[in-house]
Amino acid sequence: MFKVTINGREVEVSEGTTILEAAGQAGVYIPTLCYLKDVNEIASCRICVVEVEGQDELVAACNTPVVDGMVVRANTSRVRTARKENLALILSTHNVECTTCIRSGNCKLQTLSNDFNMGAFAAPSFEGVPAAQDWPQDFPLIRDASKCIRCMRCVNICERVQASGVWKATPAGGVDVAAASIEESPCTLCGQCITHCPVGALTARDDTARVFAAINDPDTITVVQVAPAVRAAWAESWGIPREEATPGRMASALRRIGFDYVFDTDWSADLTIMEEGSEFVARVKNAENETFPMFTSCCPGWVRYIKAQWPQYVDQLSTAKSPQQMFGAAAKTWFAEKEGIDPNKIFCMSVMPCVAKKHECALENMNDAGAGQDVDLSVTTREMARMLRECGIDPRELEEEEFDNPLGNATGAGVIFGATGGVMEAALRSAYFLVTGENPDPDAFRDVRGLDGWKEATFDLAGIPLRVAVASGLANTNRLLAALDAGEVQYDFVEIMACPGGCAGGGGQPIHDGQELAGVRGDILYGLDKHADLRFSHENPTVLQAYEEYFGAPCGERPHHLLHSDHHDWSMPHK
Amino acid sequence: MSKLSVAPASRADAKIAGFMERYQRRIEATPPGTCPVAVQLTLLEAGASQTCGKCVPCRDGLPQLAAMIKRVLDCDADKAALDEIRSLATMIRDSADCAIGYNAAADVLDGLDAFAAEYESHVMAHTCCDDIAQKVPCEAMCPAHVNVPAYIALVAEGDYAGAVQMVRKDNPFPTACALVCEHPCEERCRRTLIDAPINIRGIKKYAVDSCAADKAPVPARLPESGRKVAVVGAGPSGLTCAYYLALMGHAVDVFESRDKLGGMLRYGIPAYRFPRERLDEDVNAILSVGGITVTTNCYVDADKMRELADSYDAVYVAIGAHTGKSLRLENIDAQGVSSAVDLLRAIGDGDYPDFTGKKVAIIGGGNVAMDCCRTSVRAGAEEVTCVYRRRLEDMTALPAEVEGAMAEGVEMVTLEAPVAIEVDGEGKVCGLRTQPQMIGEVKRGRPAPVTADKPENHIDADIILIAVGQDIVSAPFEEFGMPAERGCFRASEGLEAEGLEGVFVGGDCQTGPASAIMAIGAGKVAARNIDAYLGYNHTLDCGVEAPAAKPNNRTACGRVNITERPARERKRDFEYIENPMSREEAVQECGRCLRCDHYGCGVLEGGRIQYV
Repeated sequence: MFKVTINGREVEVSEGTTILEAAGQAGVYIPTLCYLKDVNEIASCRICVVEVEGQDELVAACNTPVVDGMVVRANTSRVRTARKENLALILSTHNVECTTCIRSGNCKLQTLSNDFNMGAFAAPSFEGVPAAQDWPQDFPLIRDASKCIRCMRCVNICERVQASGVWKATPAGGVDVAAASIEESPCTLCGQCITHCPVGALTARDDTARVFAAINDPDTITVVQVAPAVRAAWAESWGIPREEATPGRMASALRRIGFDYVFDTDWSADLTIMEEGSEFVARVKNAENETFPMFTSCCPGWVRYIKAQWPQYVDQLSTAKSPQQMFGAAAKTWFAEKEGIDPNKIFCMSVMPCVAKKHECALENMNDAGAGQDVDLSVTTREMARMLRECGIDPRELEEEEFDNPLGNATGAGVIFGATGGVMEAALRSAYFLVTGENPDPDAFRDVRGLDGWKEATFDLAGIPLRVAVASGLANTNRLLAALDAGEVQYDFVEIMACPGGCAGGGGQPIHDGQELAGVRGDILYGLDKHADLRFSHENPTVLQAYEEYFGAPCGERPHHLLHSDHHDWSMPHK
Repeated sequence: MSKLSVAPASRADAKIAGFMERYQRRIEATPPGTCPVAVQLTLLEAGASQTCGKCVPCRDGLPQLAAMIKRVLDCDADKAALDEIRSLATMIRDSADCAIGYNAAADVLDGLDAFAAEYESHVMAHTCCDDIAQKVPCEAMCPAHVNVPAYIALVAEGDYAGAVQMVRKDNPFPTACALVCEHPCEERCRRTLIDAPINIRGIKKYAVDSCAADKAPVPARLPESGRKVAVVGAGPSGLTCAYYLALMGHAVDVFESRDKLGGMLRYGIPAYRFPRERLDEDVNAILSVGGITVTTNCYVDADKMRELADSYDAVYVAIGAHTGKSLRLENIDAQGVSSAVDLLRAIGDGDYPDFTGKKVAIIGGGNVAMDCCRTSVRAGAEEVTCVYRRRLEDMTALPAEVEGAMAEGVEMVTLEAPVAIEVDGEGKVCGLRTQPQMIGEVKRGRPAPVTADKPENHIDADIILIAVGQDIVSAPFEEFGMPAERGCFRASEGLEAEGLEGVFVGGDCQTGPASAIMAIGAGKVAARNIDAYLGYNHTLDCGVEAPAAKPNNRTACGRVNITERPARERKRDFEYIENPMSREEAVQECGRCLRCDHYGCGVLEGGRIQYV
């Protein structure tokens, strides 16, 4: 153990601890900007500089390990001046338009500028905000170079956590797309670069105006579905306790925005289990003619990733559409028919913890209901929160309300789709039933829960040993696929979610700089499952009703047409 | 695809090396008179261009700092800008992550202090300091401001007498400088931009080898002025002063304490580097002007100095630096220990030592130490060891001198500090005890040695020569009333002795031990200023003119270097060591001259430093 003194407070820390971590233990706050634990420890912004006794120069707290007896001063005039001057330099190349910036109020640079009272700091008259780069504004991911502070978080998270390498550092210290353009890059639209950008340089396309336009059109019937993970995060920016930010209040909030029908993607998650579970059981029964593992297909970031990086495995993806798309197909067919609504009048939209969903819903092979896009628009959890604020809806003031029916009915199995391992667990619950005709213990497959990036388990499915794996985060996924490719591992069924921790940590979720909340949000979802009346997708009454009234049998003719897709209909630029 | 590649990390890196050499040559050829703020800016911009872009202080700070300095350079900033520059540079130095950033900022901070006057002038007077203006490099760098392009062109035309006369316009020691000059004229030679500096000394040597200095007629003396000037010291500075004063028509009496003329050129430089008969060529030419009387073996003390000051219209004191510095070592007075100065002085009077069978150790690393080493070799020493407390590359001797000594068999023992002289029972030297050193931190611009944790060493020696610098015998002149500081006489930039009317002082005794050409330059300045002090402004006609410039030859070409006689042969005698340059070599070398007197700033009014 090393003894370290920081601002006069002595603390004992283990060898290898950085000054920043030691300061945390000593209760001393040291500001950071570029720092992202384990991902971006490059000490480039120099905001965390401190004085170390015996050293002439200031040192970066974030990546300097302490030594025994080190005396650190983190709050001297020299330290604060250096931080301010560096901040002034950063501001000099930053397009400061805080009033209209989407990150206003949730911007690390803005916070630091306020903390350091930069308005009163007489910085020299610097010049040179870079011009905003040409960017396809219809792409779900938007980059504004004039706001980039070149902290390199995006470069490192994309390469190290998501194994995609979309961003590169340019020789002069800028950031650019590594490919010829973002459309020609292997970008999975996971959105992790957005949620880890400290400023407003990386954002998701804002589609709220289109939502309000649809709501305001009296001839349009607006139908909204909400993804499982959204309920675990939607009210975070109001700072209310998680137990109070219930799905019921969320349904109420959406209804107040003005949607005609407030439905739940959990319902179509159950539908997905019926299709994907049946598909898997069919593949198992036809094992000699099939190639394993079968991969889940509900995460569009993952689908984009496999197409870009491992195209040889595309045929092993489940053909089942994602819950978002199954919902759209069901809403504009069975629901419309049942309610006697012209599906062409339905504006079907989704609230997703995801940026890639914006791309998925616009795919041309996703308009099987014959009334335009099955899902007309997808907005992120962040956009939903912005709409609530614009409408003056305070989640703290809302009463609990039910989702509308029939597409608002869901089981615990549908809820856990929002966490890593959840799709696998839900699928196994129903697959067990499909094979044995009996329900297993709903928690029988809990081994696939948790935040490990690559989990493995073997379950006994009525005498058939079933080897499953679950990965989240694309670098973990890449390791899994490489091992699979090398023959080092064999699986029957593999669940992949592009974002670390699954949709709970999705790229469309609220941003809390420096915090990874996938675990906390995932726990909310597992809690909802635990207390749910129904915990098996095959017991969802309105799902069964839909089969009975409209779809027929899972994986049958109509589901094949409406609820499955051909992955070869579109492709990604290959690496 | 293969996983590894032998290709360089960056393909351009392989090619960039050649351009780094160009970069270096560009910097080496920085024209004298360039504004230091401009040099600072380019240095900073070089730093900014090297940023990897990772860190804010370097990536954003250096360009902003450069923009601020650019505004100062453009005289578009006020005094507050200097504080802003210092503040930002300090922050970058303190908080940048790597040397690219913090060192670039440190350079700025050091420059703010080193060039404080220049920065101040830019923000206050909104102009450069008065002395900032580009000059022709060779003649500006030469302390005597010799018209180098002109005499090179004369050599090219085969007019060697004309070349000698052109040199003598500013420097009456063409032969001395042809053989032993440290040639600062070559340091910033613009030819460096294309290939390498012109071998200016070599060309001058070819001129004096082709036409002895005393065969090229000196100009006619101007009519007698009737004024008398005394010159104390017949070294290069004193004789230069005497030469020009005599040409101007003044009567000059030279007082020399030794037997012969030439000062350190005779009593400090061994004959193998500067044969005495070659020195005589310069001295003969100087004396041939007429109007110069020389009194040798005349030691000027305080009384004599008072007499000279009273009886002459002006006095020029140029007594040089002739006392060897000593070391505080045990047994320093032992038999067999002597100073380098004493050894070389004896040789100057023709008294060559015989070191046959002896082991000689020389303490020091300057040119005088090398002279002692190589003289000892020629005097038959069995072993010659040069003991120096720093590293080889820290020696102040010219690299060519060190290499020459090593080629002749001198053993260089570096990083050893003398501790004590060891003596035998009869009190004679038998060795030198040394303490090993380790090179350490840079202090005052040079890496300083520190005591190493190693045991002392012993070096066998029968003779020990101390060559650690020279002192000036200033006491008699201080008694007369000339103020001195650290042994050097104080004088104005016009070489007027401080607080005295009509007394001028220059050369080694005013600057401390330096080069012949600096002493010569001082002698010329003194002559000009004495002439003015006497109420005149004589102009002198050297009798030759610079030939018209030819177009530049821009084809890169190697520099012709002067070769030496084989070491195994030359070390056996005191004969001159250099081989002559051939006519074809000299012509090629002259052809590389870019004639900066005609091209570039040389044709501008004020673009040259030339006296008439």
